[in-house]
Amino acid sequence: MDIQLQQVGYAYAKGTPFEKRALFDVDLHISTGSYHAIIGHTGSGKSTLLQHLNALLKPSEGSLRIGDLTIVAGKKVKNIRPIRQQIGIVFQFPEHQLFDETVLKDIMFGPLNFGVPVEEAERRARVLVEQLGLPSEVLEKSPFDLSGGQMRRVAIAGVLAMEPSVLVLDEPTAGLDPRGRQEIMELFHKLHVEKGLTTILVTHSMEDAARYADHVAIMHEGTCVINGHPQDIFADEERLAKYRLEAPRVVRFQRKIEALIGRPLAKLCLTEEDLAIEIGHVIREERGNL
Amino acid sequence: MKEILSLRDVTYTYTPEEADMRKAVEGISITVNDGEWIAIVGHNGSGKSTLAKLMNGLLFPESGEVRILGEPLNEENLWAIRSQMGMVFQNPDNQFVGATVQDDVAFALENNGVPFEDMVVRVYESLAQVKMDQFLNSEPHHLSGGQKQRVAIAGALAIKPKILILDEATSMLDPQGRMEVLSTVQKLREETQLTVLSITHDLEEALLADRILVMNQGKKFTEGTPEQIFQRGEELVELGLDLPFAMKMSKLMRLNGVNLQGEHMSEEELVNDLWTSNFNK
Repeated sequence: MDIQLQQVGYAYAKGTPFEKRALFDVDLHISTGSYHAIIGHTGSGKSTLLQHLNALLKPSEGSLRIGDLTIVAGKKVKNIRPIRQQIGIVFQFPEHQLFDETVLKDIMFGPLNFGVPVEEAERRARVLVEQLGLPSEVLEKSPFDLSGGQMRRVAIAGVLAMEPSVLVLDEPTAGLDPRGRQEIMELFHKLHVEKGLTTILVTHSMEDAARYADHVAIMHEGTCVINGHPQDIFADEERLAKYRLEAPRVVRFQRKIEALIGRPLAKLCLTEEDLAIEIGHVIREERGNL
Repeated sequence: MKEILSLRDVTYTYTPEEADMRKAVEGISITVNDGEWIAIVGHNGSGKSTLAKLMNGLLFPESGEVRILGEPLNEENLWAIRSQMGMVFQNPDNQFVGATVQDDVAFALENNGVPFEDMVVRVYESLAQVKMDQFLNSEPHHLSGGQKQRVAIAGALAIKPKILILDEATSMLDPQGRMEVLSTVQKLREETQLTVLSITHDLEEALLADRILVMNQGKKFTEGTPEQIFQRGEELVELGLDLPFAMKMSKLMRLNGVNLQGEHMSEEELVNDLWTSNFNK
């Protein structure tokens, strides 16, 4: 689903003495099927932006188009529901939203609410629990008896059970251990590819943005300052520094290697695996020259 | 070296009625010395946070003993001991009490009866240490996640604790925020001999510690200096942990036919080895 923001501005507590401007002049186009990472320093407006993507917040200025739905500042919006069904948001600490008696009921809640038949909702829950690496026994347990990492997975399953076509992820792996983090990021990536999802990842992790995204947008002081390809964005460390961001560790390491050998590598590597391959090439070339 | 905190054969379970359930922590012993920085690492559900709660009397062990500042922790001395400990949790939203940032940081000082004039100074100093002194009168819920966490850390620092427990306190910060907080903690330790216990998934944070305690399935897997711990490489990965960047990179480069002499925890060592082993002819 195509999402287009035009000149979007947003102020919290508008018209009160506590008015606080969180977004202004945001132009951003997220095309169907892309994997977009939204990065930016703490307080840059990432989370506020994210809440516009399924009309939880409506712009104070400008307009927003989500699929067929257009939301214009100051105008009443009708028929948001079908859009909400298609846009799944995994908020920060989604396990805080767990509430039902059993894991199974909790995962089924969303689909049932949108009119999915019971059998189908249950089928989805069973499949998802397995995909997320949870033992099937948890289905009958209370979500509150699970460990933090398991609760996170159940909460994510609840969002995926709606079978959204757009998946919005707000720091989905914060607080998970390294293996859990990797497993969940790989799962999102797999779903993105297999189901042709549009994925929007809000993250502090430049490593995740570099590894998974095909587009990166930088938020800075409430507006979107750059939207481009990770190759270009992470190559320009000076520009990143201007927005108080750093290149991923692997890029910074590549620069050290380049300084060492006195020439640039053939390409900018966005994952450790890629960089190791490149360094291997360079060393074989050197040996060949002996 | 003087002992400041120790656990002797400590066991705790959240479900005492179910005998066959795995205990949250089991048979843990460790001694922490005054001024030491100990990192506690382990997979989700390995018992790290339970351990932290046992250390400041939020939980009492089912068996075994917790000693803090030379005394066994019990319900009588709990409050006196706690006034020497600052604790920062993972999610700052669960620990805000004040209507403004400065009220929030002042909360523990009010509880401890600090005179008003001192309080004003300490609140300001603590906030300056985490670079939040520009936000004295902001409302906590208007701050972003990372800013909130820095305020929570300031709240813990304000009571000038002997021991600071960070329970995944940096996990919600952006990379720059995390570096600011960690360098604040390092600076603080140099200046005040603060003992730090940090529970973390961030291996680069654990590298800064003097010693690392590795938890697995409620039990102590091992403890040692960062060098000793990370030498165990793949074993840690099997526990659901990660390796420092330089070690991961070394492993991947070897797979691609790059010669390397040793194992490296820092990028500098790795770069030097890469040069001597492959280019320096």
